[in-house]
Amino acid sequence: MEGTKLAEGVYLTYLPARKFKTSLLSAQFVTPIREETASAFALLPAVLRRGTVSCPDMGALSARLDQLYGASIDYTVRKKGENQCIGFVASFIDDSFVPGGEKLLEPVADLLGELICDPATERGRFVNAYFETEKANLIDAIRSLINDKRDYADSRLLQQICAGEPYGVSRLGDEESAAKVQPHKLYALYAQLISTARLELVYSGSADRERVEQALRAALSTLPREAVRGIAPVTAHPAREAAKTVEETLDVTQGKLGMGFTCASDDTAALLIGNTLFGGSSNGRLFMNVREKLSLCYYASSTYHRHKGLITVSSGIEFENYQRAYDEILSQLAEIQAGRLEDWELQSARSTLLNAYASMGDSQGKLENFYLGQAATGQEETPAELAAQVREVTPERIFAAMKTVSLDTVYFLRGKEAAE
Amino acid sequence: MKPTFYERIGESVHRETLPNGLEICVVPKPEYAKQYAFFATRYGGMDTRFCLGGKWLDTPAGIAHYLEHKMFDTREGNALQQLAQNGAEPNAFTSNAMTGYYFDSTAHFEENLEILLSFVSVPYFTQESVAKEQGIIAQEIRMIEDNPDWQIYTRMMQSLYRTSTARTSIAGTVESISHITAETLYDCHKAFYTPSNMILTVVGNVDPVHIVDLARRILPREGGTAIPRDYGQEGEAVAQKETRLAMEVSSPQFLTGFKCRPVEDGEAYFRMAVLGDMACDILLGDSSPLYLRMYDEGLINTSFGGSFEMMPGVAYLYAGGDCKDARRAAEEICKEAERLGSGGIDEDFYQRVRRASFGGNLRGLNSFENIAVSLTEGYFHGYDPFRFPQVFDSITRDDIAAFLRENVTGERSVLSEIVPKEP
Repeated sequence: MEGTKLAEGVYLTYLPARKFKTSLLSAQFVTPIREETASAFALLPAVLRRGTVSCPDMGALSARLDQLYGASIDYTVRKKGENQCIGFVASFIDDSFVPGGEKLLEPVADLLGELICDPATERGRFVNAYFETEKANLIDAIRSLINDKRDYADSRLLQQICAGEPYGVSRLGDEESAAKVQPHKLYALYAQLISTARLELVYSGSADRERVEQALRAALSTLPREAVRGIAPVTAHPAREAAKTVEETLDVTQGKLGMGFTCASDDTAALLIGNTLFGGSSNGRLFMNVREKLSLCYYASSTYHRHKGLITVSSGIEFENYQRAYDEILSQLAEIQAGRLEDWELQSARSTLLNAYASMGDSQGKLENFYLGQAATGQEETPAELAAQVREVTPERIFAAMKTVSLDTVYFLRGKEAAE
Repeated sequence: MKPTFYERIGESVHRETLPNGLEICVVPKPEYAKQYAFFATRYGGMDTRFCLGGKWLDTPAGIAHYLEHKMFDTREGNALQQLAQNGAEPNAFTSNAMTGYYFDSTAHFEENLEILLSFVSVPYFTQESVAKEQGIIAQEIRMIEDNPDWQIYTRMMQSLYRTSTARTSIAGTVESISHITAETLYDCHKAFYTPSNMILTVVGNVDPVHIVDLARRILPREGGTAIPRDYGQEGEAVAQKETRLAMEVSSPQFLTGFKCRPVEDGEAYFRMAVLGDMACDILLGDSSPLYLRMYDEGLINTSFGGSFEMMPGVAYLYAGGDCKDARRAAEEICKEAERLGSGGIDEDFYQRVRRASFGGNLRGLNSFENIAVSLTEGYFHGYDPFRFPQVFDSITRDDIAAFLRENVTGERSVLSEIVPKEP
């Protein structure tokens, strides 16, 4: 499914639904993720969210949103494939539930348009106080990644696998480049972004298509559009001669073992099932063996990075169980590669994925995230089409695809005392 | 089954109480693909001391949560596998006052519901399988002990409460769970997993009649007796004013908690919950004068937030986030509560927050899990959560002011801090 073109490089994915209490409206700029610019682009929507010409500060913005029955407009920074997606997601109660009978779509779309096209400025730049506060907040947010050790270990693993590649760049960039962002540079990047980056719009709710298109055309009427750049295609991860091992220490009581694998096969549907079998659900081999059989951990799971062709494993273990967990994870992968699986496992992996695709339409947030991911990586399948592909995959295709999965990088986070 | 239609929020609830005492609530949503079933018992981390057969029992901290883990074991193997084969996504959680088991699915709903009702009502574990779980739960405890959000919250609760079991960590400690045996787990199951202590809530694309028939067929005929529990006698005073822990974190964080006056179950309980939430929004929500001022000053960032919570015998309001000067932020909160409490709530602002709170509550009805958990809590505490628009109508600016005056004071407050470890 491709979005409708509303203007040069501006596309709308229209998802009609009457069953929700709310409507969702999302506006996301899609731009290649780069080490040099990731932090600046992450900073941008936070600064924009501070004020517009008509609502010049957070107090005025909040008052306007409260008045719209607690509508929310959150800024978002996401990484999809090798693109950074930055913008806003608005959620507001559906017209049929507004006690006063007012229409909310148009005023919310207008406010969204203002946040993008009409930010509060002083002397041709963003308001300096907003810039400085949000820059400090961004640096805090980047630093605070270490507070959640599971997320921290997962992101360190990905950085290690894809060091030097766009996919290894964190969605918020790094502290050093965040500290270097200057007000005039940010404003220049902003001007460039809104005129040349692809803009993806998603609507889910009860309004008809014409009304949504009209509201958005009006809200974005002053959006400057020049030669719009294409989205960045994902580059292939270069193969390694031997697996790389990285160890770090922190003052923690639980160790984190992360393992990164490359998938040479491009049979995505087969790898989706293969990963679910491996560690993608509570019926996967990792949960059933590393946790249930050997009691080595509370969590051990795997994630398939469909856009990049990687599988990553994440687990939390006692430091001294490193080797046992490592061996078990590899041996479970080898079992799947050898096709030593029971029918119920295959059936359950397939049904788990089908259930996820079938229920996606029940969540506006999941729909938005899915369609944005598709648009940002140049793919067009709907959840139903992906489900159809998953239904057709044979066991042979799964084993063949999983045979191309090979260990690339190992990351281990251990405690300070254990290291001494 | 009697349906009740709630016009202002566009929801219908079918309710029935079975002869064995089990409450069943069904919220049909024919336009959705998904079905969600939630089966819960009024038994959680706080229920460590209770009276069974005329005898008071003290059980180890973390036992309700331990039991939750072990309930998935069945004679045939594991209920997770059975459900996953149908593509259902099962899980469970233990909170302070309840344990809930649930799944969502898009196919084979009745078969899945049968599995859920069976594995939760029939315990199957051995000394050996109980011992094996120690390793898994010990790793879960280690994981949360490394989590600053958990540490700062748990330490705040331990500062607020002297004897209430609200201060007990739900998962227990590695030490406390080492005393858990298969026998104690069977005892706890027998006491608390009786139909009259439980509720089944189903939301989604389902037929209410079939659900009632199925529950009648699967669950025991006998309901079970009410179990007296001892949550501790808690006075007005806090246990300690301040607590501080150094951890491997990037920047200092704080939570300040206020020990509020608890309310009895029933409509008053619900009204207090709504009132406390609104008071929180007015005092320190995203659009409050206090939030905007502290944010502008750079004293707080978007991590700042607060909440009002109630559980058996206790009620508390708390707030916090990343902050370089916790003491000052905590003082600002008290000062602002005093100002608002003595007539400082602006009428326009109050009306705005009311609108926004209504929208927020309505938005919550998009989530099946949220609907099921609200109906369950409502049942356990004797109120109907879908009457929130009426409850909003009954709350005035003066009610909020009185709430803040009474509850958000320096005397009732504690401060919990996490600071970065010196390198």
